[in-house]
Amino acid sequence: MVVAERKPIEEILEMIGDFNKVLLTGCKGCVTVCNAGGEKEVGILASALKIARKKEGREIEIDEITLERQCDPEYIDQLEESIAKNNYDAVLSMACSVGPQYIAKRYEDVLVFPMLNTSFIGGALEHGVWAEFCQACGTCGIHKFGALCPIARCAKSLLNGPCGGSSGGKCEISPETDCVWHLIYERMSRLGQLDKLGNVVMFKDWTTSRDGGPRKIVREDLKQ
Amino acid sequence: MKAGSNLEKMFAAGHFAVTGELGPPRGADAGHIHEKAKYLKGIVESVNVTDNQTAVVRMASMAVCRLLLDMGIEPNLQMVCRDRNRLAIQADLLGASALGIKNVLCLSGDHQKFGDHPQAKNVFDIDSIQLIAVLKKMRDEGKLINDHECEGIPQYFIGAAVNPFADPFDFRVTRLKKKIDAGVDFLQTQCIYNMEKFRTYMQQAYDQGLTEKCYIMAGITPLKSVGMARYMQKFVPGLDVPEDYITRLKGVDKKKQGDEGIKIAIEQIQEMKEMKGIAGAHVMAIEWEEKVEEIVSGAGLLPRPEVS
Repeated sequence: MVVAERKPIEEILEMIGDFNKVLLTGCKGCVTVCNAGGEKEVGILASALKIARKKEGREIEIDEITLERQCDPEYIDQLEESIAKNNYDAVLSMACSVGPQYIAKRYEDVLVFPMLNTSFIGGALEHGVWAEFCQACGTCGIHKFGALCPIARCAKSLLNGPCGGSSGGKCEISPETDCVWHLIYERMSRLGQLDKLGNVVMFKDWTTSRDGGPRKIVREDLKQ
Repeated sequence: MKAGSNLEKMFAAGHFAVTGELGPPRGADAGHIHEKAKYLKGIVESVNVTDNQTAVVRMASMAVCRLLLDMGIEPNLQMVCRDRNRLAIQADLLGASALGIKNVLCLSGDHQKFGDHPQAKNVFDIDSIQLIAVLKKMRDEGKLINDHECEGIPQYFIGAAVNPFADPFDFRVTRLKKKIDAGVDFLQTQCIYNMEKFRTYMQQAYDQGLTEKCYIMAGITPLKSVGMARYMQKFVPGLDVPEDYITRLKGVDKKKQGDEGIKIAIEQIQEMKEMKGIAGAHVMAIEWEEKVEEIVSGAGLLPRPEVS
């Protein structure tokens, strides 16, 4: 899933400046799963903002709505009623950064602000801890590395690691970061496939990654 | 001969080769280079010039290499994959060859997190092993990565680094072999302090016939003080400084710790000279270039042999 976390309250307060009335929108997709921007987090942020503004002596009105998903135009339409009825100063999105962009596209004259920092494609390690597992390079080859991704999980994206900074199973950048190449080595060793790591992996073609420009998938079989 | 560098000739003649290292300044002062490099002239075959070492911005390695050539010193151009994509790497390599640089050392590069611009975007389009393959392809096939033929084929003596002390230890010799498979001609090791572990590593490399396939230079960095030894032991990832060296430094007067460090370095080189598969020593006297002569001389390696 897309993993995100909420921006610091101070940054959000600065963004909303002296707005009097805003619409705060959550998303029931990935950001609900990673406890960043679901219905519950929308409620928490709305309360926090109201309290902060009350303290400053300038109260703010905040409407709350949580959409099925913000990465689908069909669900963005759910905002229609609220936006048409109210004269919001801005819409605040608690989805990953796709959400605010979809809202901006649908409502050309409405100010839109992101409430989250979209962090990575990853998963939970334990309750309250998430980690990155994929960099969306567009050409998955993790089977060559024991089904572990060195592009996303090695600090240097090495295809022929581990580098000289691997120490005690940890990466040189931090004792908190596993050396994925150490994990690859151990797994390939367990699978009896260590010999495969002995071959030089040649240059990666990055055209399917962000380097090839913004990406798009067209499925002719699904297009209408 | 691959490139006919002084270093390559020294190996080819069967001599125990010696290389040095020079870190460019964090500014535009060429005088700094002349000052440091004068201590290395005639003492070593060639001098590594670091490339934004520890991810700290310094004068460009290639420019410093050319300054060394002008001083009559042969350079080893260090090139890291952190700061350049494959376009810049190949362009720089062609330029280096045109400037008369023959020895190139292929490195991944320290992560920018440690450096003076931690906010930078890193590149790592290719890795250090692939970089070796780039140089080999340019030299042996006269072609770029995309198979475009070079107009004027560059000649390189291809180097790389190995760290016998990083983990997992059992994979380290395989990684050395991968560098050979990619086309490396010579290797310089990380600073060696744990001699026992290094002997095990070299024995494995020797048993697999790898020491016949490239020239391996033992990395030597003299310890200046107990403080420096402790720092390297605790804070430099992939460095292994055994306690007995620290005890030995502690055993002498504080003012004499540097001398003791040099003695240790000399003993290490003397042991390396006898070790199977070691073709030379790479002396990295960090900000201590003036001591290189004493070390090389102490190890009985001066004067340097003449090769042609």
